[in-house]
Amino acid sequence: MLSFLVRRLIGAVLVCIAVTFIVFVIFIVIPGGDPAERIGGKLATPQNIINIRHDWGFDRPFYVQYGVMMQKMLSGDLVSYTKGQNVADQIIQGIPATFSLTIGASIIWLFFGVLVGVISAVKAGKLSDRVITVLALVGISMPVFWLGIVARYYLAEGGLVTWFPDGGYVAFLTNPFSWFYHLMLPWVVLAVLYIGFYGRVLRGNVLDTVNEDYVRTAKAKGLAPNRIMVKHVLRTSLIPIVTLFGLDFAAVLGGGAILTETVFDLHGVGQYAAQSINDFDLPPIMGVTLYGAFFIVIFSVIVDLLYAYLDPRIRPT
Amino acid sequence: MAQRAESEFTLDTASELASAERSTEIRGRSPWFLAWRRLRRNWVALGSLCVFFAIVIACLLAPVYAKHVAHTGPNAQHVLEQITVNGESRQVVSSGGYIDKKSGKPCVISGPECTLISAIPIGPQWFSAGGRFVLGADAIGRDVAVRLLYGGRTSLFVGIVSSAICTLLAIVLALLAGYFGGSTDFVITRFFDLFFAFPVVLLGIALGAALAVNGLHWGPIQLEGSNIWIPTLIISYVLIPYVGRPLRGQVLSLREKEFIEASVAQGARPWRIMFVELLPNIASSVLVFFTLIIANNIVLESALSFLGAGVQPPTASWGTMIADGQQLIVTRPWLALAPGIAIVLTVLSLNVFGDGLRDALDPRAKVKIEH
Repeated sequence: MLSFLVRRLIGAVLVCIAVTFIVFVIFIVIPGGDPAERIGGKLATPQNIINIRHDWGFDRPFYVQYGVMMQKMLSGDLVSYTKGQNVADQIIQGIPATFSLTIGASIIWLFFGVLVGVISAVKAGKLSDRVITVLALVGISMPVFWLGIVARYYLAEGGLVTWFPDGGYVAFLTNPFSWFYHLMLPWVVLAVLYIGFYGRVLRGNVLDTVNEDYVRTAKAKGLAPNRIMVKHVLRTSLIPIVTLFGLDFAAVLGGGAILTETVFDLHGVGQYAAQSINDFDLPPIMGVTLYGAFFIVIFSVIVDLLYAYLDPRIRPT
Repeated sequence: MAQRAESEFTLDTASELASAERSTEIRGRSPWFLAWRRLRRNWVALGSLCVFFAIVIACLLAPVYAKHVAHTGPNAQHVLEQITVNGESRQVVSSGGYIDKKSGKPCVISGPECTLISAIPIGPQWFSAGGRFVLGADAIGRDVAVRLLYGGRTSLFVGIVSSAICTLLAIVLALLAGYFGGSTDFVITRFFDLFFAFPVVLLGIALGAALAVNGLHWGPIQLEGSNIWIPTLIISYVLIPYVGRPLRGQVLSLREKEFIEASVAQGARPWRIMFVELLPNIASSVLVFFTLIIANNIVLESALSFLGAGVQPPTASWGTMIADGQQLIVTRPWLALAPGIAIVLTVLSLNVFGDGLRDALDPRAKVKIEH
């Protein structure tokens, strides 16, 4: 187990290095043209651009450019030229909102996703299964930002009612109740997509597992159906959900909920990137992309370890 | 006949036996025929396909609608114009002011229920204005119904073309990785893994933002930042691993089958084995993936455009229209509702059809799109 952990961690470090290289390629190499003009943003003066070109080493070979970029990113020196703010500081400021959104929403989507999956698998083929399947498909087919806009309009801005606050984020330590109240709608909106998705995946897994020999054995032993479902079927069927959940959780934590954050004005990490797009302000987007990728890499290690713990068949030797 | 078959066993025996049977009783049925027969019984899936085609045709007919019904173009602004609704003359865009959040009517006394709006476009007229402004106008007096159809063209173009590119590249990479194995496989799977390390939307935004500033300038490829091919290419690249990885798995298991061994023994070249032997065997998965990826890409396009990293204004797309509509949602909810409903209908129809197609092609298949 320890050697597996060590190997996995070395792999993760290599992936992180590769990820930084991809970020470099995306922002500096792929677009072609003059990178200094892009980094400088729309409002940059010719003198700014000359300074940036020198500062980032764009007049030097590409490995120097990569080195300079990495040094700026890892030491927290990355600066948004359009707004004159330090990118790392802004990301850190956004973390509480993003984490609050992620943790609440993930609890909702995991709970209801499993519930939906189990119910529709148990009732497979019946009316309730069909209704749930259709609802799950509708949930998957809705763009999350549109659902957010519509929900905010009808439930918070007075389109129908004003049950919820009209966007914004309140820190947990300032007022826990207000924190909860402000996040309720974003949580549900973000969770809808995942509930539909997880429900469908789990339904398929459960239906596959039900036909396994050991489930038949359990039935033959005379175990109660509920016990078979929880102890025998679900335990196996939930393993792929663990992988999905780990990676989705990491993606949302890493700023992947950029749309929900923007629509509900939560001032999270994702929204910081979104705001920068309109100004064509690239350094914040570079920072957030790297930040998000790091989270996913870390969580994929955690998921692998959990996986090995949960499923002895794939436990590495 | 049967006795002869037992005594003189030749290669022709089976076909001779078959020819003696009445042709109506035994008929060769290809897997595709069987799949079609299963699909034909699935009314929901076929209905969804019809809905999707209806949407595509409606969007293709956008110029006809614009010219003969709405009498305007997708980007024509009618800010200062007046239209006649049921004999009354009304302004397309009225000047703004404080508006009641609930009713959308001007506020008499300003208070917390009121919000300041710079301009109020005309709401949905349905067909009372002679086909003009059926779904109302947006903030700068453009006909929303016309933009909805033109936007659909953009969104469907980006969705379908990017899925085609994505699927093609994923097939090639999967075949190369699965067939050659070894170091080729290692490089390609690592490439896939790397892309999995980024949240899809974030990666799309990173590329979209980087390319939207000055466009793409690579030798002969010169694309301006507002070119529609930029979001199309970005979306197609971002999702390659999500199609490529499961396909590679299939190729890997097919490669060990006897028919590949037979082909190798006959001296077939790698490209022949890949494209003539392996490709037809993963075709059904490819078809399902293609359908579901279109749905996925339409949503992704709308997300990128909504954030400003996809289709650039003033080009209409469903995503940019929702972004425009969000500003005015309190007074004119239809601006944001209409394109959203269009996306949901399109994507839902594709998802339902894709599901049915998967069930028909291989009832036991586990082709899933992980977003």
